[in-house]
Amino acid sequence: MTLALHDVGYRYAGADEPALLGIDLELRAGTVVGLAGASESGKTTLCLVASGLAPRTIGGRIRGRITLDGEEVDAWPMHRLGQRIGIGFQNPATQLSQVAATVFEEVAFGPMNLAVEREAVVARTWSALDALRIADLAERDPRQLSGGQQQLVAMAGLLAMRPTYLVLDEPTAQLDPAGTRLVADAIVRLAGDGTGILVAEQKTDLLVTADEVLVLAGGRVALRGAPDEVLADRRLPELGVARPAAVRLRRAAAAAGGGGERLEAALHD
Amino acid sequence: MTEIRAEGLTHVYEASGVRALEGVDLHVGPGERVALVGQNGSGKTTLARHLNGLLRPTEGRVTVDGEDAARMTVAQLAGRVGLVFQDPDRQIFAGSVRSEVEFGPRNLGRSGDELRTAVHDALVATGLADEEGRNPYDLGQSRRKLLALASVLAMRTPVLVLDEPTTGQDARGVERVRDVVDSVSAEGRTVIAISHDMPFVAETFDRVIVMRAGRIILDGSPAEVFAAEAWEALRSTYLEPPLAALVGHRLGLGSTPTDASLVGSLERAAG
Repeated sequence: MTLALHDVGYRYAGADEPALLGIDLELRAGTVVGLAGASESGKTTLCLVASGLAPRTIGGRIRGRITLDGEEVDAWPMHRLGQRIGIGFQNPATQLSQVAATVFEEVAFGPMNLAVEREAVVARTWSALDALRIADLAERDPRQLSGGQQQLVAMAGLLAMRPTYLVLDEPTAQLDPAGTRLVADAIVRLAGDGTGILVAEQKTDLLVTADEVLVLAGGRVALRGAPDEVLADRRLPELGVARPAAVRLRRAAAAAGGGGERLEAALHD
Repeated sequence: MTEIRAEGLTHVYEASGVRALEGVDLHVGPGERVALVGQNGSGKTTLARHLNGLLRPTEGRVTVDGEDAARMTVAQLAGRVGLVFQDPDRQIFAGSVRSEVEFGPRNLGRSGDELRTAVHDALVATGLADEEGRNPYDLGQSRRKLLALASVLAMRTPVLVLDEPTTGQDARGVERVRDVVDSVSAEGRTVIAISHDMPFVAETFDRVIVMRAGRIILDGSPAEVFAAEAWEALRSTYLEPPLAALVGHRLGLGSTPTDASLVGSLERAAG
């Protein structure tokens, strides 16, 4: 079970330059691939391409091949692809249906559209709300929540769809630290249940548990590999990527020339 | 320079009945650098919108230099308190980067060299000097956010309120925002920023105000707010201290809210 991009390039409609070039990516079921990179390095575009929204919904030109479990998906319509691949946008306002009167209805909207049975929809909806600790918002109007609460609701809507593959574009951008941790835990748990997850994040602390991390620059893959190696790479700052907190601390201690061993012990506490 | 005060400030959103602020008392003096933190929905954005008159109190009042903000027009307040929204697309409307940044200062009656300098400085500070002819919507989200910041910076208000300025910014963008806070503050202007980014907060601000359910529960320096004694209160509003603070506590080094303070303490401990 794999979502794979083979030498994929993409150019937005009307753009002079391609936004993505030569991307090879394998997202296996039950694994997490992290995407890092400076602003405008291609992370969001790659999310749109991997989920099939580009070019199907937004136009533009794609090159290379995308396969789902070995099958070419070029000819698949969006609704067919959408049942297998879920996407979470950076801005929850883009994600929410704007037609649901309550958070419960919003989260139930996805599985209802997949013709899931009523009882199962209710169960999935409560389970998604509980996982993100927003059950107390169930009766609220989604349009009257704070930005961070909306982001959690959008994420719950995705969980309730139970997609095989999930593409998340900065899912924690507006979240408080505890909300960020809930989403991080949800990602690990979903992967444990067999979902393949592609997650773009500026917060590299969230990517340390990924199976593979790709750093994009100018629409190409600049670095890729295990998170330990990639997120400690010396080139991260010049690629506009923040180091994870632990890496930053180690480097600061090393530069100051002391305390390294004590620090290491405390980091592993 | 400008002084802001909230007294018994309560806000109830009519449409939802949600009580977003519950009797907030707050004083921010001229030139302070203040971070406003707290869980999603704790009332931070609501408080920010009271500071420049976008919302009016249900109870209590906000004063700007002793004047009741409720008796001032939004236009009067706009010259004193500049607010940068969390979502730049709620703010941006002009057809070019330059006209977007000019709009605010023009409305405050600036023209000629004064206007040109204000716009130029704001564009340079946000790294957008080469983009002035572009359509804002040809910029990516992170640069649109910097544009929203530039358009308020150019108004040169004595008070600058930033709602989640680092959201969606890469490492360089965060550095830029930090530089903007430094330079605004060096001019003696007040900066109040809402943020969920605790390391950014600890490294950039002198005072941290922690909110929960519409009330202020902690108010102090980063060393005080991120000290081990305050963690329980922090966690009650879904916040976590920066890693440097956790590690410093494990090593018995006292409160070390920033990487620099932790490394400094490690060095001193090593003698």
